[in-house]
Amino acid sequence: MRSIMGDYEETELRLGLPGAGGGGNEGETSRNSSGKRGFLETVDLNLNLNNSSDGNQVEDMKQKNPIPASTDSAKPPNKAQVVGWPPVRSFRKNVLSVQKNTTATDDNKSGGSSMAFVKVCVDGAPYLRKVDLKMYQSYQQLYDALSKMFSSFTIGNCGSQGLKDFMNESKLIDLLNGSDCVPTYEDKDGDWMLVGDVPWEMFVDSCKRIRIMKGSEAIGLAPRTVERCKNRG
Amino acid sequence: MSEDEELPDLDGGAARSINSTAVSGGGGDQNYVSPSPDQVLENVLENVLYFLTSRHDRNAASLVCKSWFRAEALTRSELFIGNCYSVSPGRVTNRFKQIKAIAIKGKPRFSDFSLLPPDWGAHFANWLRAMAASYRALEKVYLKRMCVTDEDLAITAHSFPFLKELVFVCCEGFGTDGLAIIARECRHIRVLELVDTDVTDDEVDWISCFPDNVTCLESLIFDCVETPINFEALERLVARSPSLKKLRLNSYISIRQLYRLMIRAPQLTHLGTGSFNTSEIVAQSEQEPDYLSAFAACKSLICLSGFKEIIPEYLSAIYPVCGILTSLNLSYANISAEQLKPVIRQCHKLQTFWALDSIGDEGLQAVSVACKDLRELRVFPVEALEDVEGPVSEVGLLTISEGCRKLQSILYFCQRMTNAAVIAMSKNCPDLVVFRLCIMGRHRPDHVTGEPMDEGFGAIVENCKKLTRLAVSGLLTDRVFKYIGQYGKLLRTLSVAFAGDSDLGLKYLLEGCPKLQKLEIRDCPFGDSALFAGLHHYYDMRFMWLSSCKVTRQGCEEVARQLPGLVVEVIASGEEENETNEYVDTMYLYRSLDRPRPDAPRFVHIL
Repeated sequence: MRSIMGDYEETELRLGLPGAGGGGNEGETSRNSSGKRGFLETVDLNLNLNNSSDGNQVEDMKQKNPIPASTDSAKPPNKAQVVGWPPVRSFRKNVLSVQKNTTATDDNKSGGSSMAFVKVCVDGAPYLRKVDLKMYQSYQQLYDALSKMFSSFTIGNCGSQGLKDFMNESKLIDLLNGSDCVPTYEDKDGDWMLVGDVPWEMFVDSCKRIRIMKGSEAIGLAPRTVERCKNRG
Repeated sequence: MSEDEELPDLDGGAARSINSTAVSGGGGDQNYVSPSPDQVLENVLENVLYFLTSRHDRNAASLVCKSWFRAEALTRSELFIGNCYSVSPGRVTNRFKQIKAIAIKGKPRFSDFSLLPPDWGAHFANWLRAMAASYRALEKVYLKRMCVTDEDLAITAHSFPFLKELVFVCCEGFGTDGLAIIARECRHIRVLELVDTDVTDDEVDWISCFPDNVTCLESLIFDCVETPINFEALERLVARSPSLKKLRLNSYISIRQLYRLMIRAPQLTHLGTGSFNTSEIVAQSEQEPDYLSAFAACKSLICLSGFKEIIPEYLSAIYPVCGILTSLNLSYANISAEQLKPVIRQCHKLQTFWALDSIGDEGLQAVSVACKDLRELRVFPVEALEDVEGPVSEVGLLTISEGCRKLQSILYFCQRMTNAAVIAMSKNCPDLVVFRLCIMGRHRPDHVTGEPMDEGFGAIVENCKKLTRLAVSGLLTDRVFKYIGQYGKLLRTLSVAFAGDSDLGLKYLLEGCPKLQKLEIRDCPFGDSALFAGLHHYYDMRFMWLSSCKVTRQGCEEVARQLPGLVVEVIASGEEENETNEYVDTMYLYRSLDRPRPDAPRFVHIL
């Protein structure tokens, strides 16, 4: 992990792709064991994205993976998720995730197992968005969704190609050196990290908010820079 | 132009016209100059029109002749814009000079379900610019599904020094920064309501921005604002707001904090209880506040909501008010039938009840026994999924129909349903005005007979003679549309999804329902020839939405060509240049008095 603030044993500096080479929870199966593919398979660069539903067009309100009813074996396999169906507004889904928190002491608003909403800000964009990280199974899907979300407001090379390049090891250094955008996130400890370092599942659990910043700022994020990030957050 | 049930009650206070005809008296009779007939007419009109508050009546009056048009325009004080793009702000400010209250609706309703890409439009700024110049005396602003920025709020605060009411429903684009400006600068604000509105956390303590003196606040609703609140400041605010009647707190307010607020405001009539949870571990020995007595002190509390993170054991605290409640919203409370029963059996005056399906058919049974006066019921799903077992079914619907005969409005999410139950409701509840049934599994038939749900919905339109709003679901063939076209003569709003077999379905609707105003359809096999069947009617509609259907671009262009007063938008669903697709992703059409909007983003093509 390219941790800005700390230096943890299992988080040595590495340029590998998320999950490749055994970073952290390799082989950990996804929480919803409902036929979703295992973590490693989804992070393969030759991503087979045909299980993502029609257009990752907008953010918070896509459906969770349906859990198959155990009773009826004659039922067809999980239907593809459909955007906006059933027609329940995001406010209902947002809060319901908190209902599943049995511990009243925890202030964590996104603690439920079903949803993980985080704010996304893009440097220079006039608005913030929210995404539900549990809607995606991989960094690639997240990047695609973010690109579309902010596609009407382009910041240099922050199109989906730019973000895809971020996953490509050889272009990574170029990106960081250039003024292209780099996705960073604040984790549970309040540290600002580069998106893509940890396995997807770990990222979903620890990410509190996302900020897409200019590459030049992201290089060697020093504590001072981190403070600026936090203030603008 | 249908009355949306969520539209608030805008007062009629028309500005009294100061234009009075002076009868030039003085002198002898031979010098008496009687006022001209026109002036008499205008005088009468202006004084009579003063009493006309319904916009439908006013619209009719304005059509009589030019002088009536002028007089009406001068005396209208409330404006309702059902579609912000149907008319340009300039045209409105030119015609109406004395507006004190305005309601503007923006995005189509399906945008609530992510079917509209962001940045589609509905920017309040366009309207604000025109209004700031013309309506300095503006007192009330109601916005629904509009994009509002912090800057807009700043301009609003500066431009309308007499602003009293600001209501946002399903809006987005601003944050606590904007709220702080409103709190600080709108000295006369009485009503500040945020409903299902996305407010970004700019980490600003907006509650502290209200002025220090006694306020005239009557309604403060912020239950959807998901940001921490400075509680001490809120407590002081409530203490210095003696007129406060409506207070809806967000989930950052714990039940202990709720208690402290309630004892300061026993005059409340509407209360949103926040989290109804404790944010800290309560030690065994520690005394908990007497929540029961706090509720008992609220002698006028008729509307209760909130319970956003409820600990069910606390629910008994509301017993003292159950007997007077007319509205109870438990739709964020994941409670069981057993937990509901002791509460609901005391709510004999209840007219509005919203709940989660966690209460199950058994909970609904308890409702049907206790709430004989029920007018509106909404049952939301805890799990909004397609392939799960649902706790409510046709059993719950049937029992409600048998117990709550005065039912007027129902929204019911379920996993399985039967025609028989729906037919029974159509007969038991003849006063139904709104019937919205969402069987969450797409194309799901009657689970007992295996038949489509045509007969059930057919019975609703046939038997419920007052029906104006309908939402259908489940397995449906063209036949259900035949029924709707045949019987739905008062129908104004219709929502259709995953239904129908062919163009005939849509044709039946467009040819049969003369009052149809708002038609939203997704994922149905309706194509161009069905589209053309509505050409005679589109000018009378507020809008029609068709997404993931079978209309082609050529079809849309043909409609646009034949109806120049219509704006036909083809909206791409966010994919990159998708020229290869035979059918358009989304078509959204609406009438407009002016040229098409200049602010359409690049994924919207106006034909």
